[in-house]
Order: sequence, then structure tokens, then C-alpha cells
Amino acid sequence: MTLVGQSTPLIDWDWVGRNLDQIVDRTWQHLGLTAISVLLGLVISVGLAVVALRWRWTYPPITWVTGLLYTIPSLALFALLVPIVGLNATNAVIALTSYTLLIIIRNLVAGIDGVPASVMEAADGMGYTRQGRFWRMEVPLALPAIIAGLRIATVTTVGLVTVTAVLGLGGYGFFILRGLNTFFWTQILVGVVLSVVLATLLDVGFIWLERLLSPWARRGR
Amino acid sequence: MTVWEEVRAFLTDPATWSGPDSIPARLWEHLWISVVAVVIAAILVLPLAVWLGHIRRGSGVASTVVNIGRALPSFGILAISFLILVQLGAGVGEPWAVLVALIALAAPPLFTNTVTGIQSVEASTVEAARGMGLTGKEVLSRVEIPLSTPLVVEGLRIATVQVIATATLGALVAWGGLGRYIVDGFARQDMGRLIVGAVLVGLLAVLAELGLGALQRASAPKGARRGDIGNPAQRSTV
Repeated sequence: MTLVGQSTPLIDWDWVGRNLDQIVDRTWQHLGLTAISVLLGLVISVGLAVVALRWRWTYPPITWVTGLLYTIPSLALFALLVPIVGLNATNAVIALTSYTLLIIIRNLVAGIDGVPASVMEAADGMGYTRQGRFWRMEVPLALPAIIAGLRIATVTTVGLVTVTAVLGLGGYGFFILRGLNTFFWTQILVGVVLSVVLATLLDVGFIWLERLLSPWARRGR
Repeated sequence: MTVWEEVRAFLTDPATWSGPDSIPARLWEHLWISVVAVVIAAILVLPLAVWLGHIRRGSGVASTVVNIGRALPSFGILAISFLILVQLGAGVGEPWAVLVALIALAAPPLFTNTVTGIQSVEASTVEAARGMGLTGKEVLSRVEIPLSTPLVVEGLRIATVQVIATATLGALVAWGGLGRYIVDGFARQDMGRLIVGAVLVGLLAVLAELGLGALQRASAPKGARRGDIGNPAQRSTV
């Protein structure tokens, strides 16, 4: 495929070859921003989910507030954080983390709620304490739902990291923005394709993780 | 200058209230492109989705669409759309690339929610309607469509909020809309412009979310308000 009226191909492989170092750097940046945000999101979500499970009435307001956060467009949230934390990675991580909360909390609570009452009674009958039952019965049985939440949060975050290019970060989004500003199609394509590949790889990784962590699910089938 | 002073300076600048870069002009750009994109996506997608739901097919397609949609970043879709349309001869600064990207983003939630909404109508309900002598078309128009309306409206809500959010990124591909203030605010280090733009975009998205959320709750047929239509959207997140 070539550009209309131009002799340069749509993908300039020479550019890719010359810029491998930069591509590797941006890969680490993309992975780093994603990992920190999802992990922070998980920690905060576990805290909020424990509160929501212990005091039921707190669940609707928690999902309402995290739902509103989820609604605010990323570009606007980055901008609103500038006067508070400045133009930096902290800004990006706060915004990206806040987008993961709704997804992870919902799946945590739904997962724990989905554990059948009969299993809980069996656990009680076997002499588990409340804490023992929670960690050794409820959490493992809720794992598929919890991991499903982490998967969605991770794939969504990989996409949103590209927008942090406006903060001078961006991971692969840096290439997209640079390519748009300079009309250099190779950079746009490299940025978009690598971002999709990264999201897909992490998605598949979570499927493996789930299989690894819930071997009983395989035996049953 | 403090942030407040910069915001005040921006809001008292006459150019903020009239002309091509004014709040009314930018708001109008943002609104029309969002509404047009959602309407075109609905026209393109709803007939097929309703039909697939009616013949109880297409749930596999629906989940594939959701998965692919999630991995493709909206910024990436916008950039690729810009690339293709410029290749095809569209001018830089014209709305076409943004419009095409927004249609592509609005279509998946409308499609999946409509297909799953119509399929989630209980088979026994459909059989009862047939037993009462309703034809296939009547079952669709008088049973399946009314019962699935809340889910279709939910699809509309998700699509609209996403379109409003992504239209903000239109400024990154040389288009206008309210995102212009944010992108220019970053570029010119103009804190007033940046904050006002972000607040307007945030408000617009939240208003669309809350407004269409209310419409979603009001759209359930009277006999079916107590959750007996099920809630596949929540189930599918697990």
C-alpha cells in the first residue's frame, strides 16, 4: 500500500528499525503506567469492596461515585488534575486508577455475592471461622469474577494510557500523537497496532492466570 | 496568577463568548457531532440487531464485538480514521474523520445491547404471545421490542457517553469541539482555558449519563418494572 501521490510506503520499516530503542522504552512506559494503575486500583477496590460487603448500605453510593468518575472523559480528568498535582506521571496514575475502580469493585462484590449459600453453610459446618471462610472459600470461589474484572480494567487502561500523550507520557500513544502532528503515518500505525497487541497479550495472560489459580474449575469440565 | 484568576480571566475575555472559538460555538460543535454520530450509528445498526435478536442469533457476534471494541483504544480509532480520510482526500480540520470514528465507537454498544436485550425476553413469554395468536412481527413489535427497551436505551447511554468523551479527543486530530480548550490549554499553558474546557466536557458527559440513565429507568413497560426483564448487562460483567 502506498500513499496517494507519494512514493513513501504507508509503513516505513526503516523508521521502525531505526527506532527500536525508543519503541522498547515506550513499551516499558506503557506497561508501567498500566501495571501501577491497575494494582493501585485493585488495592483501593479491595478496601472499598470490604466496606461494601460489611456495610451493605455503602455499596450504592460507592458505585455511584466511582461510576461518575468513570464517566468523566480522560482528557478532562487529566486537565482537572493539573492544578492539583501538575503535569506528570502522578497525574496520569491518579486518573487511570480512578477509571479502574468501578470495574474492579463491581466484580469483587458480584463474585463474593455469587458464592452459593450452601457452600458457606458447609464451611461453617466444617468449623471455619468467619475469616477462614472468607479467605479459603469465598475468595477462591470468587476468583473467576475477580480476574474477569482485572482483565477488563487492564485492557481498558492500556487504551487510556495512549491519551496520556498529552501529558508528555503516553507509552505507545506518544507515537500516535507525534504521528498526527507530523503527518507521519508509520508512527500512527505503530502506536495503534502495538497498543492493541499489548492489550490482547495482557488479556490472554489473564486467561492463563485464571486457569492457574482455579485448577478445580478445569477438573469439573 | 492563581488558577482562579486565570479561570476568571478566560471567562471575562470577550472571545470566550462570541466568535468561532467561543464557548457557544465549541459546545454546538461538540453537541451536533455527538448527536449525528449516535443517530447514524443507530440507523446503521439497529435493524440488523433487532432482526438477529428476533431470530435468536448473533450473541456470539455480540460478545466478539465487545471484546474487539475494548482492545481498540478510542484515540487509536480516531487516529486511524483521520489517517484514512486524509488519504481519501478529506481536508485537515474538517469533521469527517471525527464523525466516522464516533460512528464506529457508537455502533458496538447499540448493537450488543439490542441483540442481548431482545434475546433476553424469556422464551416462555414469546411462546405465550404466540399462543395468543400473535404473528412473528407482532411478537417483535408488541412483546420483544417493548420488553427490551431499557437495555436498548442503556446501549444508547453507553454509546452517547463514549461519543461525547471521544469527541473531546477530536481536537488532537485538528478538529474543534470543547476538547479544543483542553488541548490548546495544554499547548499554551493557559490554565483558565484548560480548566473551563475540562469542567464543560465533564459536565456534558455526566449530564448525558444521568439524563439517559433516567430515561432508561422510565423506559421499562409498566408491567415489567420490577426487574422481571432480567439484567443481562450486569450479569455479563461478571
